[in-house]
Amino acid sequence: MIDVISPAFYFLIASVIVAFLPHGVLRSALLLGTPIVAGLQILELPTGVGGAIELAGLTLETVRVDKLSIIFGLIFCFAAFIGNLYAIHVKDRIQQVAALAYAGSAVGAVFAGDLVTLFLFWEGTALTSVFLIWARQTEGAYHTGMRYLIIQIASGVILLGGVVMIYRETGSLAFEAMTLGSLATWFIFIAFGIKCAFPLLHNWVQDAYPASTITGMVILSSFTTKLAVYALARGFPGTELLIYIGAVMAVFPNFYAVIENDLRRVLAYSLNIQLGFMVVGIGVGTELALNGVAAHAVVHILYKALLLMAIGAVMFRTGKSKATELGGIGKSMPMTMMLCIIGAMAASAFPLFSGYASKSLITSGTSQAGHAGVWLALLFASAAALYHTGIKVPYAAFFAKDSGMRPREAPTHMLLAMSMTAFLCIAIGIYPDPLYALLPNAVDYTPYTMTHVIKQLQLLMFSALVFVVLMRIGLYPSEIKSVNLDTDVVYRRLLPRMITRLRNVISSLFMFGTWFAKGKAKKLVRALHNSHGPEGRMARVWPNGAMVMWIAIILTATLLVNFVR
Amino acid sequence: MLHVAGVSGLTIIDQLPMLTIVVPMLAAPLCVLFGNRHIAWLLAFLASVFSFLFATHMLLQVMDGDVLSYHMGGWEPPLGIEYRIDAANAFMLFLISGISTIVLPYARRSVAHEIKKVSHTLFYCCYLLCFTGLLGVVATGDAFNIFVFLEISSLSTYVLIAMGAERDRRALTSAYDYLILGTIGATFFVIGIGFLYMATGTLNLADLSVRMANMEGNRTIQAAFAFIIVGMGLKAAIYPLHLWLPGAYTYAPSVVTTFLAATATKAAIYVLMRFMFSVYQPDFVFELHTLTWIIMPLAILAIFAASLIAIFQTDLKRLLAYSSVAQIGYMMLGIGLASKSSLSATIVHLFNHGITKAVLFMVVGAYVMRAGSSFANNLNGLGKQLPWTSAAFVIGGLSLIGVPGTAGFISKWMLIQSVLEADLWWLAIMLVISSLLAVIYIWKTVEVLYLKEPDVSTLAMKEVPLSMLLPIWILAIACIYFGLNTEWTLSMADVAAEGLLNGGGK
Repeated sequence: MIDVISPAFYFLIASVIVAFLPHGVLRSALLLGTPIVAGLQILELPTGVGGAIELAGLTLETVRVDKLSIIFGLIFCFAAFIGNLYAIHVKDRIQQVAALAYAGSAVGAVFAGDLVTLFLFWEGTALTSVFLIWARQTEGAYHTGMRYLIIQIASGVILLGGVVMIYRETGSLAFEAMTLGSLATWFIFIAFGIKCAFPLLHNWVQDAYPASTITGMVILSSFTTKLAVYALARGFPGTELLIYIGAVMAVFPNFYAVIENDLRRVLAYSLNIQLGFMVVGIGVGTELALNGVAAHAVVHILYKALLLMAIGAVMFRTGKSKATELGGIGKSMPMTMMLCIIGAMAASAFPLFSGYASKSLITSGTSQAGHAGVWLALLFASAAALYHTGIKVPYAAFFAKDSGMRPREAPTHMLLAMSMTAFLCIAIGIYPDPLYALLPNAVDYTPYTMTHVIKQLQLLMFSALVFVVLMRIGLYPSEIKSVNLDTDVVYRRLLPRMITRLRNVISSLFMFGTWFAKGKAKKLVRALHNSHGPEGRMARVWPNGAMVMWIAIILTATLLVNFVR
Repeated sequence: MLHVAGVSGLTIIDQLPMLTIVVPMLAAPLCVLFGNRHIAWLLAFLASVFSFLFATHMLLQVMDGDVLSYHMGGWEPPLGIEYRIDAANAFMLFLISGISTIVLPYARRSVAHEIKKVSHTLFYCCYLLCFTGLLGVVATGDAFNIFVFLEISSLSTYVLIAMGAERDRRALTSAYDYLILGTIGATFFVIGIGFLYMATGTLNLADLSVRMANMEGNRTIQAAFAFIIVGMGLKAAIYPLHLWLPGAYTYAPSVVTTFLAATATKAAIYVLMRFMFSVYQPDFVFELHTLTWIIMPLAILAIFAASLIAIFQTDLKRLLAYSSVAQIGYMMLGIGLASKSSLSATIVHLFNHGITKAVLFMVVGAYVMRAGSSFANNLNGLGKQLPWTSAAFVIGGLSLIGVPGTAGFISKWMLIQSVLEADLWWLAIMLVISSLLAVIYIWKTVEVLYLKEPDVSTLAMKEVPLSMLLPIWILAIACIYFGLNTEWTLSMADVAAEGLLNGGGK
C-alpha cells in the first residue's frame, strides 16, 4: 500500500477552480500549471498500489503505479499542457473546464488499480470530452456530440456490465490481465474496443473529431483512444485476436484517408491507422511489442498533436481545412509549414524522427513473433501513411496549387506549443534512449543499424516515388480531375474508381446496419409513443372503475397464487 | 435488547415513542384555534422539529438492534396498544420527520404562492394531521392502530390535494379519485386485519406473528394476506394500482407533492414489509408464491412501463410522478427477492429515493412559482435564469438515474448485487437498461432547461428566495453526501432488514 492520491485529482480540483475564476492570468496559469504539477507528481510516485477509497463496502484502489501507467500518465500530462497552451487564446470557460476534467479523467483511468475506478474515470472521459465538440455551437456539432456521447456512454455501460459479471465470477475487482473467454471478459473487451475504434466500431472518431473546435480536436485526439490502448495493453496483452483486428485497422482506413478532402478528417483516419499498429503490438504481446505499443502511443500523441495543431493553425487563420481550398500557404506561414513538415516526417517514420524509433519496435516485434502476413500489412500501412499523412497533408496545405490566400503566421502561443512538440519529435528520433528507459520492459533494441535504416529508407523513397509519379501524371485522387482524356484514361479513372467503389461497398454495408437499427428504433419509439405517450393507453387518466377492476384482478391473482399449490 | 416503557415511565426519554406522534397531533388543532397563518406555520415547523429530534434520538437508541416498546396508557400488550420501535421504523420515522422539517421552511413561500391566504391555517392543520398519520402508521405495533393512523393521513391527504384547485381545478377530481380508491384500499386492509383477528384473536403485530407461526395452512390467514397486500399495495402505488398517483401528484400543491412523494408511499411500503417479513413468516409457501408470481413481475413491469410513460410526459410533475411509480418498482423488486441483502437494498432505496424525489419536486415547485406551471414548454432556458435551482435539479436527476457518486447509485448498486446473489443475471442487465430510460427523461428535462432558447417571458424570471433555495440545496447536498459516505445508511439498512426478518426483535 502506498499512501498517495491519484494525480487525477489535481486536474479535477483545478477544473472546479477554473470554473469560478475570472478570465485572466490566474486562469491561464492554472490551465498550464496543473499538468506540470501533476506530471512532476507522477515522477515522484513510488511503485505500488494505494489511494484506497471506501465506496459501498468496496475498497477502490485509485492509484496503481508501475512503468506502464507512469509512461501513459506522463504523456497525458504533457498532452494536456500542450493542448492548453495551444488553446490559451480561447476564452470559453466551458472548454477550459472540460479540457482539464477530461485530461484528469484520462490520467485517473490510467492509474486506476481496480475496475470500478476505471469505469468511473472511463465515463468521466466521455462526459467531459463531449463539451469540446458541443463548444463549436452549431446544430451539426450538437448532433455529432450527441452521437459521440451515446457511443461513449454505451462503451461505459458495457464496461460496467462486464465489471459486475467479473465481480460475480471471481469476487475481485482487480484490473489485471484477462483472457478472453467468459461473457464478462468479452463485455470488457468490446467496451475497450469501442473506445479504441476497432473496425466497425470506429465511425465515431471520423464523425466527432473533425466536428470539434480547432483546439478541441488537438485535445480530443490525445486521450480517449490512447486510454483504450492502455486499457487493452493492461487487460488483454497477447490476445491473438487483436493482431488481426489491428491489422485490419491499420490497412483499411488508408483508402478513406487517401481520397478524403478535409485534412482534419485525413488526420482522423490516420489516427485510426496508428491505433491499428498499437493494437497489433498488444496482440503480439511480447516484451518488445508491448514496449513498441507504449513508445508508439507516446510518439503518436506527439506527432498527431503537432500535425493537428499545424492544420488547426491554418484553419485558425484561413477558416478552411479542405485540401482543395487550401494550397500555397507555406509562403506566408513558413514557421507553421516547417513544424508541420517535422510532424509529417515523424509520422512517416523517417530515420532521425520519433516515429522511426517507435514504429520499428512494433514491426520488429511482429516479424520476430512470426506473423509475416501481418508484418506485410503493417509495411503497407507505413507506406500508405507516408502517402496521405506524410506528404498529402503538408503538400495540400502549404504547397500545391496556390490558393491565393496570404494569411498571417500562426499566433505565438500556437507556435510555441508546436515548437515544443516538434522538439520532442526530433529529440526522440535522434536520441530515443530516455524514452526507452521509460518503457514497461527492458529494451534490447538498437534502432539505428544499417539494415533498419536502409529498409526504412527504401520503403519511404519508394512511397515518395509513387506519390511523385502520381502527381506528375495527375492521377492523385484528391486533385481536381482534369478534362483532357488521353491514353492514361484507364489509370486515371480506374484507380480512383476502384477505391471509390470499394469504399462505397464497405460504407454501404455499415450504413445498412445503422439504417436498419435506426429504422427499427424509430418504429419502436413511435409504437411506444402510441402506447405510453401522453395520449396513449398507458398514460391516460383512467376512470376509477378501471382501477377497481385492477384491484379485483390483483386480489384474485394473489388469492389464486395463495390457494393453489 | 428490549426496552419497555409506559405512561409511568420516569424520564422524558421513555416517552419519546409517544411524544413523536402526539406533538404534531396536538399542534394540528392549535393551528386552527390560533387562526393566524404565520403562527400556524410556526407551530407546524416546531412540531416537525420536535418530532425530528425525538425520532433522531430513538434512532440512535435502536441503531444497534435494540427495540423500544411503549405501552399506551399503561395497558400491557397484546391487550393494550403497543408502540414498538426497532431500527426499521425508527429509520422511517427519521426519514418522514426529517423530510417534513426540511420541506416546511420551503413551504412558507411556496404555499403563499399557490394557496389563498384564508386557507393557510387549514392547510398547515391538515399537513400536521397527515404528518401525524404517517408517523403513527410507522411507529405503532398494533394492526388496527395502523388502520386508524392510515385513515388520519389519508383523509388529510385528500384535503391537501384538493387545495391544489387554486392553481388547477383538476386537483378536485384527482382528490376525489384518490378518495375513492384510497378508501377501497383502506377497506381491503381492514378486511385483511379482520381476517387475522378472526383467526388469531389478537391485533398486536408481535403477538400475531407468534400465534401465526404454525398456521400456514389456514385459509383465513392466506386470504388476509391477499387483502393486506392489495390494500396496502394501493397506498404504496404498486403498478398497476398506481392510477391515482399521477393525478394526485400533478395537481396537488407543490409542497404536498414533495412531502407525499418522499414519505407517504414509503410508509406504505414499510407496512408491507412489516406484514410480509415480521408478521407473516417469510418462509410460508403461499407468501413465497405471491412474491415470485405477483410482486416480482409487477415490479419489473412497473420499472419499465412507468419509465416509458415518464419519457413521453410533457408536464414535469407528471413525469416525476411516473418516475416515482417506476422507483417503487425497484423497491418492490427488493421485497420480492426476499433476502436480507435485497431487503436492505429496498430500505436504502426508500431513504435515498425519498431525498432525491424531494429535491426534484421542490425544484419543480420553484419553477411553478416562477414560470406559473410545470409544463416543459414554459420552462425553456430556465437553467440560466434560475441557476441554483436548476443545478439542484441536475444533481437530483443524476441521483435518480443512479450515477456513481450520488445516493441513487448506492441503492441501485445494492439492488443489483442482491439480484446477482439470487443468480438472476438477466434481471441485473434489465435493471441497468432501465437506468437508461431514466437517463432519457432526465436528459429531456435538462435539455429544456439548459439548451433551449429562453422565451421572452422567461428572461425576466429571478432566482427563488433563499428560504426555498436552502432546503433544496440541503437535500441536494445530502444526495451527494449519501452517495459518497454510505457507512451510515448501509449499516442502518442492514440492522433494519435484520430486525424485520427477526419479527421486530421477538
